[in-house]
Amino acid sequence: MSTTVETTTEIRPFHAEIPQQEVDDLRRRLAATRWPDKETVGDASQGVPLAKLKGLVDYWATDYDWRKAEAKLNALPQFVTEIDGLDIHFIHARSSHDDALPVIITHGWPGSVFELLKIIEPLTEPADGADAFHVVIPSLPGYGFSGRPEAPGWNPDRIARAWDALMQRLGHGEYVAQGGDWGAVITETMGRQAPEGLRGIHVNLPASVPADVEAALAGSGPVPEMTDEERAVFDGLAASRKSGFLGYFVALTARPQAVGYGVTDSPAGLAALFFWHPGFATWSFGADPNDPKSKDEVLDDISLYWLTNTAASSGRLYWEHGGAFPTSATAMKVAEITIPVGVTVFEEDSFRPPESWTRRAYPTLTYFNKVERGGHFAAWEQPDLFSAEVRAAFRSLR
Amino acid sequence: MSSSVDTATEIRAFRVEIPEEQIDDLRGRIGATRWPSKELVDDRSQGVQLATLKALADYWTGDYDFGRVAERLNAVPQFTTEIDGVEIHFIHVRSQHEGALPLIMTHGWPGSVIELLETVGPLTDPTSHGGRPEDAFHLVLPSIPGYGYSGEPTEIGWYSGRVAQAWAELMQRLGYTRYVAQGGDQGAAVTDDMARQAPEGLLGVHLNLLRTALGSTAGLPTASEQERAALEAVTTFRTSGFGYFLEQSTRPQTIGYALLDSPVALAGWMIDHDTDSYYKISRAFVDGQPVGGLTRDHILDNITLYWLTATGASAARSYWEGGRAAALAASQTPPAVTIPVGFTTFPGEIFRAPRSWVEKSYPNVVYFNEAERGGHFAAWEEPELFSTELRAAFGSLRNGRST
Repeated sequence: MSTTVETTTEIRPFHAEIPQQEVDDLRRRLAATRWPDKETVGDASQGVPLAKLKGLVDYWATDYDWRKAEAKLNALPQFVTEIDGLDIHFIHARSSHDDALPVIITHGWPGSVFELLKIIEPLTEPADGADAFHVVIPSLPGYGFSGRPEAPGWNPDRIARAWDALMQRLGHGEYVAQGGDWGAVITETMGRQAPEGLRGIHVNLPASVPADVEAALAGSGPVPEMTDEERAVFDGLAASRKSGFLGYFVALTARPQAVGYGVTDSPAGLAALFFWHPGFATWSFGADPNDPKSKDEVLDDISLYWLTNTAASSGRLYWEHGGAFPTSATAMKVAEITIPVGVTVFEEDSFRPPESWTRRAYPTLTYFNKVERGGHFAAWEQPDLFSAEVRAAFRSLR
Repeated sequence: MSSSVDTATEIRAFRVEIPEEQIDDLRGRIGATRWPSKELVDDRSQGVQLATLKALADYWTGDYDFGRVAERLNAVPQFTTEIDGVEIHFIHVRSQHEGALPLIMTHGWPGSVIELLETVGPLTDPTSHGGRPEDAFHLVLPSIPGYGYSGEPTEIGWYSGRVAQAWAELMQRLGYTRYVAQGGDQGAAVTDDMARQAPEGLLGVHLNLLRTALGSTAGLPTASEQERAALEAVTTFRTSGFGYFLEQSTRPQTIGYALLDSPVALAGWMIDHDTDSYYKISRAFVDGQPVGGLTRDHILDNITLYWLTATGASAARSYWEGGRAAALAASQTPPAVTIPVGFTTFPGEIFRAPRSWVEKSYPNVVYFNEAERGGHFAAWEEPELFSTELRAAFGSLRNGRST
């Protein structure tokens, strides 16, 4: 019947409003946190140090105001629509320029739509109207205000297909896609699927590491010949793997539910897990004048995971993905991408692949740039610079 | 000054006392658990299943007697003594048989002295448990630093080798000049290190986990079907069962926050160990069908001990120490074990170590057996069978001892 069809493709306006009792419960739990003893080292090599986490949790329990975060979201046009059986939440910010290029931008973990809010204005209303975008920012399945899958199968392939369905449903017949972290995985997957309307992609976590380098890193092959620049990147990757930063990736890939209990019942435990990610671990919350992110910004994001109870469901994306490294060209099969690809490397990210590797990895690379500022969450950290990169990468595709 | 020396080597009697408010707080937290959505699969492949953990939490707040931990531990003689700057808690049960062989036995993770309690009777009082007087042991069960009622190291360096040295000191302090040692899991690491250090008086060891093969299977024979099956099991563990190991050896503090703040997180993390023990424990809670000594009460005694002593993070740190020690020693070959080694393979273990692997790892294997029942927590699950294995393994080392 036609009513069923209409119901499932319907686009419904969305307004975030977490019940007050949930917000109160979070504060209560934060205040009642039972802390472990201090780590036995003077750095973060055993995990986020006690003093740093306590400082953040104290602020979270007292001065932090979730309603301000909610207001940031509710100031934007938000919608929900059911795709492939699951409710997908998204922000849809149309430019005042009618012929703007539609772009779908995907967040990562432990990020959310919050990491992308500051690029909406620069992308939709640039100084030069010829650079304008209509911006679509969905929440990944199992993240934020999107639905939580109740059966396995929501892997990057399925999400990528859902994103194309979303763009078509919004009337964006021709569009581009962008992402970092998980967003890069989804965006590259879209690039491989190459749905008819997708003109090109841009990523800021490229799958550039060549197969022989990946094998050397895994200890299953000899270290290949490399230039000095490549060698420096290789050494950095080897050191970071040895330091255990990839452990969260392995743990979530193997046991999302085991990790899930702690981060669902303990907000301090949730924050601690997020600080494992190198993109968060280095944030200083204003202690460093060159590092503008505030405690409020990072707590908006962590609170969203808590209040939507998506800490466990978001981790399941790692399990669905099955452990292929997002930085590995072979694992991500990026050589199969036939549409134009743009890449920006942000120099404060922990992974900074050389241009040579990136050109080898992506046969259809049409844009490559390295910028000095900005880290793993570049859109969050350097929104203007990030927006300029997105404009430049897609300029030739308009 | 002699007084300070006395203080440092003094052995003090110890009793567990748990303030009622700690139990009330624990009960309150379990009741207020905020649960994740159900896993998307019908097995443990995403981690501990929601139904299992909910059944555990229900039993914990409903039927479980929170006084059990103190009662069970206080039923055996407990002591503390400071060794190498850390307060060491231990159980010390002397056999009534004067010729008994002193034995120091080390628990693992996520275990504690609780997992070894049911072996106290069979080992120290064999005549009441189907054994002979000459099977008797004087039993020492220490808590590894950072576990249970032992002190928590405040400095780095307490890897298994340092624990091994502390155990030799402990046995000497107790007046045992000839003794044997036993361990599985982390206890196998400590006992293996003791065997390599070969302190004066250590006559031999018995192990029920082949630590060497878990670290690397390089060079181990894989010709027989049994050997190939073992290799496959190790590989499976290293690819899909290794999450907790990697987490704890790289970021113990990170998981520590949740383990200290959420009793259900602690329980979930602890029972997600190996496939065999997980399903045994899961059946105990979901279907009320425990296997051997892995009863609901016994499982919760151990988890409750971790909670009340707030040692989730410090116990996890022992893996970090292991990882650091391994990295530091990467280019060195550890000294070979020359003292006698006994080994029992339990069928439900992470991998069934074949005799050939044990002999490849230890040149002087004096006892090897494949037990009929039991898994990773063999002493816990099958205390009588486990004790029989120890009697048999150490029998030949008693020669020359009066019985």
